[in-house]
Amino acid sequence: MNYADIIIIGGGPAGMAAALAAYEAGVRDILILERDAALGGILQQCIHNGFGLHRFGEELTGPEYAARYARAVREKQIPCLLNSIVLSLSQDRTVTVMRPDGGLSHIRAGAVVLAMGCRERSRGALSIPGSRPAGIYTAGTAQRFVNIKGMMPGKDVVILGSGDIGLIMARRMTLEGARVHAVCELMPYSGGLNRNIVQCLQDFGIPLLLSHTVSRIHGDRRVCGVTISRVDEHLQVVPEDSRYIPCDTLLLSCGLIPENELSRGAGIRLDPVTGGAVVNERRETSLPGVFACGNVLHVHDLVDYVSEEADLAGRAAADFVLHSEKKPSPICRIHVQGGVRYTVPQQIRVGSGEVRLYFRVGRIMHHVNLLLRDGEHILFRKKKQKMTPGEMECIVLPAEVTAALGNEAVLSAEEESACAKKN
Amino acid sequence: MREKELTCIVCPMGCTLHAEIDDDGNILSVCGNTCPRGAAYAKAELTHPTRTLTSTVRLQNRDALLPVKTDRPISKEKMADAMKILRTVSACAPVHIGDVILHNLLGEADLVATGDVE
Repeated sequence: MNYADIIIIGGGPAGMAAALAAYEAGVRDILILERDAALGGILQQCIHNGFGLHRFGEELTGPEYAARYARAVREKQIPCLLNSIVLSLSQDRTVTVMRPDGGLSHIRAGAVVLAMGCRERSRGALSIPGSRPAGIYTAGTAQRFVNIKGMMPGKDVVILGSGDIGLIMARRMTLEGARVHAVCELMPYSGGLNRNIVQCLQDFGIPLLLSHTVSRIHGDRRVCGVTISRVDEHLQVVPEDSRYIPCDTLLLSCGLIPENELSRGAGIRLDPVTGGAVVNERRETSLPGVFACGNVLHVHDLVDYVSEEADLAGRAAADFVLHSEKKPSPICRIHVQGGVRYTVPQQIRVGSGEVRLYFRVGRIMHHVNLLLRDGEHILFRKKKQKMTPGEMECIVLPAEVTAALGNEAVLSAEEESACAKKN
Repeated sequence: MREKELTCIVCPMGCTLHAEIDDDGNILSVCGNTCPRGAAYAKAELTHPTRTLTSTVRLQNRDALLPVKTDRPISKEKMADAMKILRTVSACAPVHIGDVILHNLLGEADLVATGDVE
């Protein structure tokens, strides 16, 4: 059977950064498996700018950001198998891969980095009533049509969901001559970045209808319109507050789901909230020697943070391969309370040095007290002016805090009601 | 004097900016920004708003599109005109990131490739 020290599943931003980090850490026998015909993943179709401000201190487009990593992978001569799809991963870290020139093969790995990215939530997952005509696309599919294939999916567009891809596509379709009639968002706040609401919607006079959803899709062969409705505070449609918008295209930008079929098949423990693996601070999953990073682990706002996380996972995979003798460290499980929905990592090895703990909140919160507690004992505290579900938050736990962790700790976010009243 | 609220689009932070403007349209102060670029953005946005335009152009000798951008921000109100011009532009592979595809687009910026096609 073939063998590689480190196999990286996925050649997008996470996979490339993990490969480079493992290379820098001294591993040479690395193999990237990518099912597309080129490295770069979803960045290839993200032709807009705004990538790389943290990582490179400049504003790059998606293809430019991807190219920096792809060039480095080429320069280091890290092997990549393109057009190669991984069918399964087993518990002994054997990867089964199908490729056009070599058929089916099994490759054993010293360590594996999962970097498969995520998928868009589709119409089927949203249960919108109505007929099933042509003209309904996820925003990312439309993006691929427009930016890679040079085809416009339609002329009169309604977008459901205000995730960043939906906002970006509202601008893109408008620039290419389509009329975008509205972006409907079920929640009372947008899931996208503020800057995208400004430069993708307000710049073009596209209305953002908060607390609105598409309650019916009309059309026989092709979409001819949608009924949009206001929703109440329980997110239920208010039928009397509905109107019909004629359109030939409905784009869906309603959330992303980490793509973890392979992880599930390998019996890796998943977090029901993130949809990704449960990991420790070096992004190691419940299967020793298997690491995860990027959007397959949890959906990130910015590719810069994906690259940063992939660095960690790649270094850790290298460390696993190079120094396999290791005494197990005690683990602290991080639980969440109050407004906090999840944390990544979900576990921290006690005494693992400085750790950046990423998390999201479930609602918009003002004047927030963030507390990391072990019982009554407060390990770490921080105040935040404002937190929104659309933005990933981070606290940096100093080494002395991670050294003092017990078996369990709780991260909570509570609003200071007294402060809120003052404003 | 009037006050204007803006969302900064310079980086993904999306700071809320408050600008004070006098009756002649002069900007008296900007606050709410967490970096100097935010203040510069507010001044530009209230006097002469600009955007970097990203799009694609056709490749004459490949069955693919080439992603492009303006190498600096252009006037916001010229974006639609710029798109009209881009529809008539095509490039030839091989082409690399940073190659100028069109000089002096509307007198405001060069159009450069943002992808490599061999």
